[in-house]
Amino acid sequence: MSVPLYHVLILAAILFAMGLACVVAWRANVIMMLIGIEIMLNAVMLTFVGGSAHWGIADGQLFALMLMALTSAEVSLALAMVVYLQRRKKSVNTDDFDMMKG
Amino acid sequence: MEAIVFYLLAAVTVIGTLCAITARQAVRAIVYLVTSFFALALIFYLLGAPLVAAFEVIIYAGAIMVLFLFVIMMLDLGHPEKLAAPRLADWWPALLLLTAIIGSIVVLAAARQPAPVAGFTGISVREFSQALFTRYGVAVELISMQLLFALVGALYLGRRR
Repeated sequence: MSVPLYHVLILAAILFAMGLACVVAWRANVIMMLIGIEIMLNAVMLTFVGGSAHWGIADGQLFALMLMALTSAEVSLALAMVVYLQRRKKSVNTDDFDMMKG
Repeated sequence: MEAIVFYLLAAVTVIGTLCAITARQAVRAIVYLVTSFFALALIFYLLGAPLVAAFEVIIYAGAIMVLFLFVIMMLDLGHPEKLAAPRLADWWPALLLLTAIIGSIVVLAAARQPAPVAGFTGISVREFSQALFTRYGVAVELISMQLLFALVGALYLGRRR
């Protein structure tokens, strides 16, 4: 394929910026914050795969795979926590959880 | 030809993500995001990573997004009136960040001379698996333990008391 590496990096940067904007804009809603984190992790995976294709080494793809395993563990824990918070306070709004008293 | 497909897929990814982060309902955001992830999987395939593309479809679009959908439907969070949409005051820091990052990308891209186009080399599944199970064997073991810990943690958080 004949696309320069820095176009791939520009796409990854735009995706990362949109994920960051999602986390910042929806900071009142836990689910949309998690979606923003997913978008950012995908941008990082795109960077890894692009570098791997550019230099012809498999290590970047391996890191993308490990990132995927990490994300699945993170999402399962985070969603279990969302279910727990919903049971506790009947809300997923972060403003309802502003005290840290256990 | 492949370059045209790449730019089309990049446009689909960016537009899908843009629709996802501005959607009023979480369920719609998930569906837009699945579209965007399918396009991203095709980009991975074009970049010579067929295994990562397959895992992107299977794990991301197939498992993680369905898990999100499952939790949203189980907790009944799909009502837009209960989902507090961000006001304009919540959007401006995000827009500021987005403008700063995209502006810096534009400046960098404009300053850069057009690079000589280098052909990407695909990496075969054999090469990938050989690296995964010889050089990175310890990492595979660590990931299996990490997934086990996540399972135990999710069971602990999800139990009824």
